[in-house]
Amino acid sequence: MTATIVFTRATFWRGARRSLPLVLGLAPFGFVTGLITQHHGLSLADCMLMNALVYAGAGQLVALANWTHPAPVLAAAFAAFVVNMRFALMGPVLAPWLAGLSPVKRYASLAILVDHTWAISVTDMRKGGRDVALFVGLSVPLWFGWLISTTVGFLCASTLDLPPHHPLFFGALAAFVALLVPLWRGRSDALPWVVAGGVSLFIAHLLPHTSWYIVAGALSGCLAGALKDSWNG
Amino acid sequence: MGDEASTLEAIAAMAAVTLACRCGGYFLFSRFTPSATVRRALAHMPGCIFAAYVMPALIAGPASNWAGAAATIAAMALSRNLGVSIGAGVATVWAVSLIA
Repeated sequence: MTATIVFTRATFWRGARRSLPLVLGLAPFGFVTGLITQHHGLSLADCMLMNALVYAGAGQLVALANWTHPAPVLAAAFAAFVVNMRFALMGPVLAPWLAGLSPVKRYASLAILVDHTWAISVTDMRKGGRDVALFVGLSVPLWFGWLISTTVGFLCASTLDLPPHHPLFFGALAAFVALLVPLWRGRSDALPWVVAGGVSLFIAHLLPHTSWYIVAGALSGCLAGALKDSWNG
Repeated sequence: MGDEASTLEAIAAMAAVTLACRCGGYFLFSRFTPSATVRRALAHMPGCIFAAYVMPALIAGPASNWAGAAATIAAMALSRNLGVSIGAGVATVWAVSLIA
């Protein structure tokens, strides 16, 4: 991308407004994360700290699934690494936009990178968008919203008694399924996505109770896509 | 309180690792120029990550999740609104669980 990247206040607020449906849409996911955190015996302070500093629902849920007392420091860090490794692959995709920020703002914005704000930003960037303020505007309210919904979920945990497969838990998965739609660029995405999904299933079956499948599937799909692109010239 | 100290340690470790993931990938790519193949592969990353995350969850979950996923995709395609789409998915799973 050779166009100049800008940061406008108008777009920041546009991003902030667009983050509101995200905040609401992810509230069930946050609620469930808070619920599960309480279920595993962490305190309210622990819950708020974890959600403020780690701020990665999927990784937290995987780490919490095998939580012990005293806490499994290495296992939790490893779980966070495997699930959140995808963020390392996501940052570079936004590089054209991030280059338009000062280093401090750039890494501060990256520190609160999540799948949904990234997907929306990538979609805008692909359409020719040059205003990185969209990414920042989307990201900041979502961090606050996440903190609130996880705290509410934690506090409600003792009063509610949701069975394991309650429909509300589907909200977490729905958030990821929904974002596949704007990411679909056309039939050329079919092969890489099928490869990603297939390899992911295979690895999940081979290595249960781990999360290697996410990165394995993603990298396989990307490789298939790159090879197909090279083949097509 | 050994439990609380270890919990704080675990949270700190998770936070440090996650921050390294978020910032480290970008940092490495800013230092090293990726080849054409790497750049082409990265262009596919968004959809592939989500596809890889979603597939095992759908396969492992109840059949009602498939109906929910279909409703979520349809709602998103029509409304382009994430909150509406998640609501449609959850409502569908709820309805199917009541009927089935």
